[in-house]
Amino acid sequence: MSARNNILTKLRTSLAGTTPRPDEFDESLVTGPWRYPPEQRIARLRELMEAVHTEVHQTTEGDWPELVAELLVKREITNLLYAPATPHGKQLARAWKDEADRPALRVYDRPIEEWKAQLFNEVQASVTGTIGGIAATGSLVLWPDRHEPRLMSLAPPVHIALLKASGIHDNWYDMMTDQNWAAGLPTNALLVSGPSKTADIEQVLAYGAHGPKELIVLILEDV
Amino acid sequence: MNQRIPVTELASDFKGRAREALADSQLRSNFRTAMDSLMRKRADAFSDEDEREGLRELGNHIRARSLSNLPDLLEQLETKLTANGIKVHWAETVEEANEIVHGLIEAHDGRQVVKGKSMVSEEMEMNDYLADRDIECLESDMGEYIVQLDNEKPSHIIMPAIHKNARQVSALFNEKLGEHVSEDVDELIQTGRRILRRKFLEADVGVSGVNFAIAETGTLLLVENEGNGRMSTTSPPVHIAVTGIEKVVSNLRDVVPLVSLLTRSALGQPITTYVNLISGPRKPDELDGPEEVHLVLLDNGRTGAFADAQMRQTLNCIRCGACMNHCPVYTRVGGHTYGEVYPGPIGKIVTPHMVGLDKVPDHPSASSLCGACGEVCPVKIPIPELLQRLRQENVQAPDHEPAAVRGAGSKYSRKERMMWRAWVMLNTRPAFYKLFLWAATRFRALAPKKAGPWTENHSAPVPAARSLHDLARDHLKNSPIRGEKS
Repeated sequence: MSARNNILTKLRTSLAGTTPRPDEFDESLVTGPWRYPPEQRIARLRELMEAVHTEVHQTTEGDWPELVAELLVKREITNLLYAPATPHGKQLARAWKDEADRPALRVYDRPIEEWKAQLFNEVQASVTGTIGGIAATGSLVLWPDRHEPRLMSLAPPVHIALLKASGIHDNWYDMMTDQNWAAGLPTNALLVSGPSKTADIEQVLAYGAHGPKELIVLILEDV
Repeated sequence: MNQRIPVTELASDFKGRAREALADSQLRSNFRTAMDSLMRKRADAFSDEDEREGLRELGNHIRARSLSNLPDLLEQLETKLTANGIKVHWAETVEEANEIVHGLIEAHDGRQVVKGKSMVSEEMEMNDYLADRDIECLESDMGEYIVQLDNEKPSHIIMPAIHKNARQVSALFNEKLGEHVSEDVDELIQTGRRILRRKFLEADVGVSGVNFAIAETGTLLLVENEGNGRMSTTSPPVHIAVTGIEKVVSNLRDVVPLVSLLTRSALGQPITTYVNLISGPRKPDELDGPEEVHLVLLDNGRTGAFADAQMRQTLNCIRCGACMNHCPVYTRVGGHTYGEVYPGPIGKIVTPHMVGLDKVPDHPSASSLCGACGEVCPVKIPIPELLQRLRQENVQAPDHEPAAVRGAGSKYSRKERMMWRAWVMLNTRPAFYKLFLWAATRFRALAPKKAGPWTENHSAPVPAARSLHDLARDHLKNSPIRGEKS
């Protein structure tokens, strides 16, 4: 405890006789320039995400499972990690049940220690939900949970994310205040704004550094 | 062909290393190209000047407000993190911090550590400390991995391997990893991915830095593009985050402008690929994430900077690197010339508190004071002003009041001090000044032929036959304007 006390004592001594500055956070600076008419939100998000190699499709709540199948078959992907207990997981399983030649569905149903190597080496793609999107920065927001754990959107080379059009907010500030994030954050909240990338060699942009090489966003326009 | 540039090993002082770097055309071209591109990207990302200036003002306000309440915020952070299940450790020195990290790794019989990018861990020289204790600590950021492979230090805080080009990286991978030679950047990155994936899978402990620690929610925020930060903080069973005590902010909303300032200033990106907010270890019903999360809060001289109201502003820094990208000196001499963890303008003002000004006496004067660093700083640190302050601290007399900066006064010279005293006397007393002018013009032939470093490359200055005052007096006497006025 002595390091703690020494540090805090030094800081307090240095501040003796001063008062903390009042909070003058001007929210208009982080919201004003980043507001969009509702009909432009999707376009803005698309533009930014596509600029960093995200593949974006606009589809509907009814059609997306078929689109996922198409996208995976085109890539010759043979398995897909999904979350069977979520509403979208159930929908996918239902839609794919009677179809032949679909990638095999895999589930994240046990602690990572029991199948880490398989997740890293065998799973080719995953599909997860999102809790919304941010038009200003072209970002998806994920709150991983028991059903869609953290590595689900990170380890597989292809990540497919479902985004409801109604869940797209103008900017991050609006989203965190609308949803009252300050009242309680999950173990890991994430903003994802494209596939993994790096420019560490000569500033040349290369995709697929350590996370997904491809990020595919399906915007469900009717929900 | 090995094109390694081990600048730090050749010369022991800033000037010597600068001379070597300036003579290395490959190095200069690598930096020039990269800095030009980073400057352009930043300018594009802040195309609206009013928006930019408003946001910088807010960024400065948030950092200054946080620092004005730092001890209470740190306690609040500790309380919140602890409630969330994250264990907080405090370290005054890098030795203490290393001992804490090592102790945590040992407690889990850890042998392999995988590390996301962290400048504080560079301060600690954690890799070496752990290697000496038979623990492999592997960098997982591509740039950091490359410099670690070549036994180098990062030359830029955001782009650690910016001093190397693709050919040099390829030669390095060929020499150290036996990979075939390829200058294709995609292929080089895929090599790194393949090797590091295995490490993420096997690692016992993940180490990361922290961009912002949020007191309100007990959250550690990390920004990154590669996914190595997420991997390092998610895949291994234990996550240890290390950070400086200044990184705390009060509220969750404070990070909205700070992240925007950080990613736009650093890389010209509206946001990084990943913004990772970690608020706890794995919960009982969750299936992945580390079982334990630790935060090590490091002082390492920061309380010293904090003690001085002016130097406290160095702790505003959010480590974006924009100051070095825009620095004409950094661009020419490169990061290794500074010989310390933090190069460039920000390095010059934070390093003295960490290692003592006497260890880096040339840093404050390695600047043209052009002001670019202060102009681009997203949190408005008045870097040129602080450099001038450090120049003063550098020449403080030994008997000066307790030094505000550790190691002050190493450039103090009695002779120089006497010369300046004489200069002050001449310039503040008209009688002396007149006498001096009279003597300097009359006896100008006696002016010294050697004037220190100036005459190494220039001819010695010789006083004119008549002073400017003298000439002006003559001129005004004959001027028609003067006549009209009277």
